[in-house]
Amino acid sequence: MPVAMPLPDDAVLRRRAEIVAALKRIVPGEGVIASEQAMRPYESDGLTAYRQLPMVVVLPETTAQVAGVLGYCHREGIKVVPRGAGTSLSGGALPLGDGVLLGMAKFNRIREIDFDNRIAVVEPGVTNLAVSQAVEHAGFYYAPDPSSQIACTIGGNVAENSGGVHCLKYGVTTNNVLGCELVLMTGEVIRLGGKHLDAAGYDLLGIVTGSEGLLGVVTEVTVRILKRPQTARAALLGFPSSEDAGDCVARIIGAGIIPGGMEMMDGPAIKAAEDFVHAGYPLDVEALLIVELDGPKAEVDHLLERVQEIARGCRVATSRVSNSEEERLLFWAGRKAAFPAVGRISPDYYCMDGTIPRAKLPLVLKRMQELSRQYGLRCANVFHAGDGNLHPLILYDANQPGELERAEEFGADILRLCVEVGGVLTGEHGVGVEKRDLMPAMFNEADLDQQQRLKCAFDDKSLLNPGKVFPTLHRCAELGRMHVHAGRVAFPDLPRF
Amino acid sequence: MSDRLTPREASEVEAAIQWALAGGKTLEVAGRGTKRAIGRAAQWDATLDLSGLSGVTLYEPEELVLSAKAGTPLAEIEALVAKSKQELAFEPMDYGPLLGAPPGSATIGGVIAANLSGPRRIKSGAARDHFLGVQAVSGRGETFKSGGRVVKNVTGYDLCKLLAGSWGTLAAMTEITIKVLPRAETQATVLLLDLDDGAARKAMAAATGSYGDVSAAAHLPAAVATRIVAAASAGRAVTAFRLEGVAPSVAQRKTVLEELLGPFGTLGLLDEAPSHAFWRAVRDVMPFTADGASGTRDLWRISTVPARGPDVGRRLAERADAEILYDWAGGLVWAALPPASDAHAPLVRAAVVEAGGHATLIRAPAAVRAAVAVFTPEAPAVAALTKRVRDSFDPNGVLNPGRMWAGL
Repeated sequence: MPVAMPLPDDAVLRRRAEIVAALKRIVPGEGVIASEQAMRPYESDGLTAYRQLPMVVVLPETTAQVAGVLGYCHREGIKVVPRGAGTSLSGGALPLGDGVLLGMAKFNRIREIDFDNRIAVVEPGVTNLAVSQAVEHAGFYYAPDPSSQIACTIGGNVAENSGGVHCLKYGVTTNNVLGCELVLMTGEVIRLGGKHLDAAGYDLLGIVTGSEGLLGVVTEVTVRILKRPQTARAALLGFPSSEDAGDCVARIIGAGIIPGGMEMMDGPAIKAAEDFVHAGYPLDVEALLIVELDGPKAEVDHLLERVQEIARGCRVATSRVSNSEEERLLFWAGRKAAFPAVGRISPDYYCMDGTIPRAKLPLVLKRMQELSRQYGLRCANVFHAGDGNLHPLILYDANQPGELERAEEFGADILRLCVEVGGVLTGEHGVGVEKRDLMPAMFNEADLDQQQRLKCAFDDKSLLNPGKVFPTLHRCAELGRMHVHAGRVAFPDLPRF
Repeated sequence: MSDRLTPREASEVEAAIQWALAGGKTLEVAGRGTKRAIGRAAQWDATLDLSGLSGVTLYEPEELVLSAKAGTPLAEIEALVAKSKQELAFEPMDYGPLLGAPPGSATIGGVIAANLSGPRRIKSGAARDHFLGVQAVSGRGETFKSGGRVVKNVTGYDLCKLLAGSWGTLAAMTEITIKVLPRAETQATVLLLDLDDGAARKAMAAATGSYGDVSAAAHLPAAVATRIVAAASAGRAVTAFRLEGVAPSVAQRKTVLEELLGPFGTLGLLDEAPSHAFWRAVRDVMPFTADGASGTRDLWRISTVPARGPDVGRRLAERADAEILYDWAGGLVWAALPPASDAHAPLVRAAVVEAGGHATLIRAPAAVRAAVAVFTPEAPAVAALTKRVRDSFDPNGVLNPGRMWAGL
């Protein structure tokens, strides 16, 4: 494990029996799990290279129990790691050996559906897909659709500000959440937002969303639901080069078209996907675009024509449009199976998640090919072309000594490259432990200090999910110190009226 | 007359705040001051005028991204992106006409600091939803950045969300990066005439939950509707639904809406140009402008649960003779009330507590804004958190102290 986690506090570990007993008083029945065997499923999340047994697992069922657990841990100085379904790809729910693992799975009810106001109130343990399923009878759905949506929960979506393939048009989690109930590390319960729009004061909901479980524990979420578009059709476009495909994406957007989804795959990804699901992808192209238009039928048909016309101007080699729902789903089948398809051609793969300005794609792909040669590891790329979110899949074999480390170094180089060309370290998977030590590639010390000061406003003892996101832990008191240099300031020279 | 500090570059903003810190002074953070009359009436030692930080620094239409220094006029940005048939999809309103400031004078920094939006809020979000990246100087006098120039980014805390709508109380923003989007090719507005507020509520709920995909839904009671010339409603209430997109789409959705809404009452239609003018007037709340018939009234902006908007409006109309304009399918209630020493705050706050949401006193004499809470008072635990958040950026209370809440 190359990323070092905070050292366990022996004083806390020595009190383990007493702590478990106290937690059992707060969460009765089987909600406290302390045996090693029963805790084993919680030792890692979707980033399985990192494993750590927690000190104890607690599965509360009510907001009062969450408040009780957090309040107790705050008083006693015990660390807490919140967890939804554990699908994080960045290690956001990686336990701490001296910490409580707070699983929110029992918060699994949909509390209210209000079609008049187009909202649903759900508990954080409800899966992303279940929200859409609960409202589909009336033709509604919840827009953000991360690929793990069968399993991942709304609470985790809020923590990670999850996206999906439709987010250029419909936004990510933060654009689709209206309110939440939040338990602070002190055990205080607060409500942010509601069924209305915008914050009354500071947009605290906006800062909690995407905070990776470092600021509070969400116990209820109010989400916006949307009318499902009347129709959706997709175009499958194959290009001789990624430059041509990238050019096509730029021209589609330049023409004022915002597709519901726009996905790109490179040669290795196309081949792996086609071999796996036989979606009918052309194998003689270097880049494949799936462009999906959704909305009223007249609009979709009209725009699809225009997309094909634009593609013709970009040296498109293969151009097909879906003429049935079955065909549209088949176009997507390969893309949606891209990760497992790559899994078939390699013992292991490591999924990266940078975002780049779209125009830099050819450059980034070229540099990645060079890195691939340098590290001796293959790489396949799937790309949310509409929003610039790149998912390189690095192929490696964990049984070969040193390959995991090489894959991680390769991945880190890719993310540094993303930042270098004007992009960011993570588009939707989060920083977690995985990209924690890369944060200085994007932020300087002042940037990170300001973020950590905000953390202190929510969690004065740094007990909630410490060791994630920030490469160095500072004490809040130290961060809060002010250094005012009177007399050093040259401001009187500035122009005034 | 307080001092006015007029930095020309970001480093001078840092120097200005350090100067204030060293001298124990407070600063009013301002762009061109078009929204200066919003907020608690408070006094500051000097004005940090950011209007000198001006200019678009990056615009890539095909990347849907634009960066500008914080003092750049919004009008300049809107004119620039219009050349590429793009726009700021959150449709930022212009507070100038409501507050008696010159129209079209806002800066992009002010747009973000006030988290502005417009009728399209229900479909496309507010400034917060389009605010990708920022460079700013905290109340500690330290320059920091957050976010980036790409639309999909979860690297670190989303400080942009916090700065949007913070009214300059956390940091002085120096450079802002926003998402821009293609402008709709055309638009049209379907009207329903003569509905009372309750029927309008039902019609707006039906339309926003339909395949019509409306980008705005507003209801103007008769007395208010007559003040918007484009409505040409001749003394009738107007409920309006905007359709935007490519022509075939607008035509199809118009049919959908007309079938859906026909049973509610008399239908009408605004073609592209009058539709545009109508929504511009709704956006800027033109029935309640400072130089208009209701210009001396106190003005509240209430964000509530859409279905409860008419309840709030009726209560304020019955108890305090309020004039009401509903936007956001009923979720945004503009209430103009006869002048009062407390701006009818207890009545407004009670109505909003019952319905859910929040209310901001947008226009009232300074004496009133010094006496009553302008922003919605927060629950004690939230207020305490708000204070800690403020302290994490500005522990000495240098930037706009007292503007949002007393003691903050």
